[in-house]
Amino acid sequence: MTYLRAIFSSLQRHRMLWPLLALAMIWAVIVVLNPAFFCFTVKDGRVLGGLVDILNRGAPIALIAIGMSLVIATGGIDLSVGAVMAIAGAVAANIISGGALPVWMIIAAGLGTGLFAGLVNGTLVAGLGVQPIVATLILLVAGRGVAQLINDGQIITFQNESFAFLGVGNILGLPTPVWLVAFLLAGLLTLTRKTALGLFIESVGANASASHYVGIPVKSVKLAVYAISGLCAALAGLVATADIQGADANNVGLWIELDAILAVVIGGASLMGGRYSLALAVISALIIQSLNTAIVLSGIPPKFNLVIKAVVIIAVLLLQSSIAQAQLASLRARLTA
Amino acid sequence: MSPPAPLLSLTGVRKVFPGVTALDNVDFEVASGEIHALLGENGAGKSTLIKVLTGVYKSDGGEMRLAGEVVSPKSVVDAQSAGISTVYQEVNLLPNLSVAQNLTLGREPRRFGLTDWARMNEAARNILQRFGLDIDVTKPLGHFSIAVQQLVAIARGVAQSAKILVLDEPTASLDKTEVEVLFNILRSLRGEGVGIVFVTHFLDQVYALSDRITVLRNGRKIGTFETAKLPWPKLIEHMLGYELQGTLTGNPARRAPADSEDAELSVDAACVDASVQDISLIARSGEAIGLAGLLGSGRTEVCRGLFGLDRLSSGQIRRNGRPVRFTSPQNAIAEGIALCPEDRKANGIIGELSVRENIVLALQARQGWWRPISAREQRALADQAIADFKIATPDAEKPVGLLSGGNQQKVILARWLAIKPDILLLDEPTRGIDIGAHAEILRLIRELCDSGMALIVTSSELEELVAFSHRIIVLRDFRQIAELEGDAITEDALLQAIAS
Repeated sequence: MTYLRAIFSSLQRHRMLWPLLALAMIWAVIVVLNPAFFCFTVKDGRVLGGLVDILNRGAPIALIAIGMSLVIATGGIDLSVGAVMAIAGAVAANIISGGALPVWMIIAAGLGTGLFAGLVNGTLVAGLGVQPIVATLILLVAGRGVAQLINDGQIITFQNESFAFLGVGNILGLPTPVWLVAFLLAGLLTLTRKTALGLFIESVGANASASHYVGIPVKSVKLAVYAISGLCAALAGLVATADIQGADANNVGLWIELDAILAVVIGGASLMGGRYSLALAVISALIIQSLNTAIVLSGIPPKFNLVIKAVVIIAVLLLQSSIAQAQLASLRARLTA
Repeated sequence: MSPPAPLLSLTGVRKVFPGVTALDNVDFEVASGEIHALLGENGAGKSTLIKVLTGVYKSDGGEMRLAGEVVSPKSVVDAQSAGISTVYQEVNLLPNLSVAQNLTLGREPRRFGLTDWARMNEAARNILQRFGLDIDVTKPLGHFSIAVQQLVAIARGVAQSAKILVLDEPTASLDKTEVEVLFNILRSLRGEGVGIVFVTHFLDQVYALSDRITVLRNGRKIGTFETAKLPWPKLIEHMLGYELQGTLTGNPARRAPADSEDAELSVDAACVDASVQDISLIARSGEAIGLAGLLGSGRTEVCRGLFGLDRLSSGQIRRNGRPVRFTSPQNAIAEGIALCPEDRKANGIIGELSVRENIVLALQARQGWWRPISAREQRALADQAIADFKIATPDAEKPVGLLSGGNQQKVILARWLAIKPDILLLDEPTRGIDIGAHAEILRLIRELCDSGMALIVTSSELEELVAFSHRIIVLRDFRQIAELEGDAITEDALLQAIAS
């Protein structure tokens, strides 16, 4: 019993506790609604099951939330990610429909577009001192227009099996998007935690002025996070485009910036900047996706979706808030006394 | 002349913040038709007193009477309607509204319930005429220079037909002629019986304008004096808390003056636009240079210029005789220069990060992000620093924002000593820290000198400067006005230089 309590208290001090608990509770509800949901079957070399489905469908939000985490850690925000998805998808579709280029060039072009968009955002914020919400709002508004211009306002569909692999392919039985999330997470964890970049990002977010005094290149750090966020958004855009084998400039990644920001916040990050956790951002993206799935499974009319989502998210955020934590602690003290 | 009945009187006012008594039984009186200067160094309690006066803070004790009636304003609006209006140092008007709107905000002339624009603009023009300010009152306030905005803010305060007008550093952004205009208006207001409270750090303006002076120090009232009967040096003694007694404090380590050959850092006629002018100094290994001067004399600005935070507009910095140009702190750090800033919270500590991270940050920034300091080295560095500097923290992982001021200062010192600088700039290293940490930091300054570092230290505490400085540069109004060296360094001489 004391052992259990020790585990609980060490988990509680750990920032992972509440997001993991929330995820577990949503999954528990799903199991009650549909006991077979988490059963795995293997068919044609593919692993099928509810969990795989959640991971797969949650991939675009997760990819974007990873990049968004770094931007928010510097005290910024990137509203343009949905629009960047659209542009990257439009560029890829345009190249595919224009001729038979090798698939790596298509991907490189899409990612390059995202990188460029991120650098534009970063230059506005770090170089010109525009407020992040305004700087990235520009691309949020203009980006879908640019995506439409690229393909003359048409929804372009295409047949390209090797590109479609990004969205619907399988590696070792699991969908490609799931692997992409894993690789991106591992890659960025290495980039930020095995170097001092993560420390610099947190330092800039926690106190930009003191970071400048200490010799951290504050502007370059900010430029870098927006560039990374642009890359992540482009990757998500390629996945979404490959998934439906078409580029829909108006609808791909619509409102995804809000889900991604939500994921970062559920992960316990402050919008003022400072500490961040990429793993928590991914877990939180899974929470959002699991919630979507649970609401569909429950048979509640779809019109209730957004309201239920909002209630659950408020509950998760409340549980994490320091005020609620203090009240919980005092409640526990009173009960055990 | 018999003392006029006070228009405003505060008796026994107290204000306590967690851990510090900002005002300790302060009495303060303003008579009708007087200009009363409120003076004191940083942290003396001037701003707290004003904030109590104007309803921003609620006092924790004492009584305030306005024209004999007990008042206790609960908000700025409250104070204003009682007749106390305030003009703050920073312009707090609405830059997007027109000058006329700003002047009449909250009491716009109306017709049929709508703003009467013609009358509003006319009223605004009349108000500004007094100030000799002929500007288009329909243009947005933000369109004009800061000085004009400041005058508009003052005009707004005056126009509210206040009984008591409080001016907090009103002249900081004004030029000479604008100051003259303001003073003439204040004098005519005085003639009309308004009581004026004037806070400034320009002492010549105090003598030009005020009738009486009240000096605060460390939250206590030192005294109220008639300006005409208080000579300048005496005023400075009161503000700094020292008396001219001819005390000699010997510093055994003083050496003979040397030429600039062996200078770690030499500065020749350095100027920064809208900041310090003509600063020249030589910092040598094993020496501490003191920068003395009153608040706002340019001490911090000298440090900013030397650390690449401000760019020099003219003049030259040389490092070991080689000309260098700093465009950012990174350049200065690469040349072995470190700065512990004056405002620890804003520019020093990164509160959310741990003691360990704060200590390794400067070293890591110099190495570049792609060459991380290993976790083991980080822990070793942090543990070493915690032991060496006796930093009071349960462990190296505690967020530095939760430590006391003195321990935060030690963390910042440890951070810079980790890069083994040749030149260390310490801007007010002992401000706001407890006695124990204070003594340790002074001891450290001596040790660092002995180990061959060149130090440049600013301080408001003369005793401190005299104790460790090999040379002292005295600043006033962003210029260096005196330099003391060797045995000439005494508290007496220093005080006289500052007060001269």
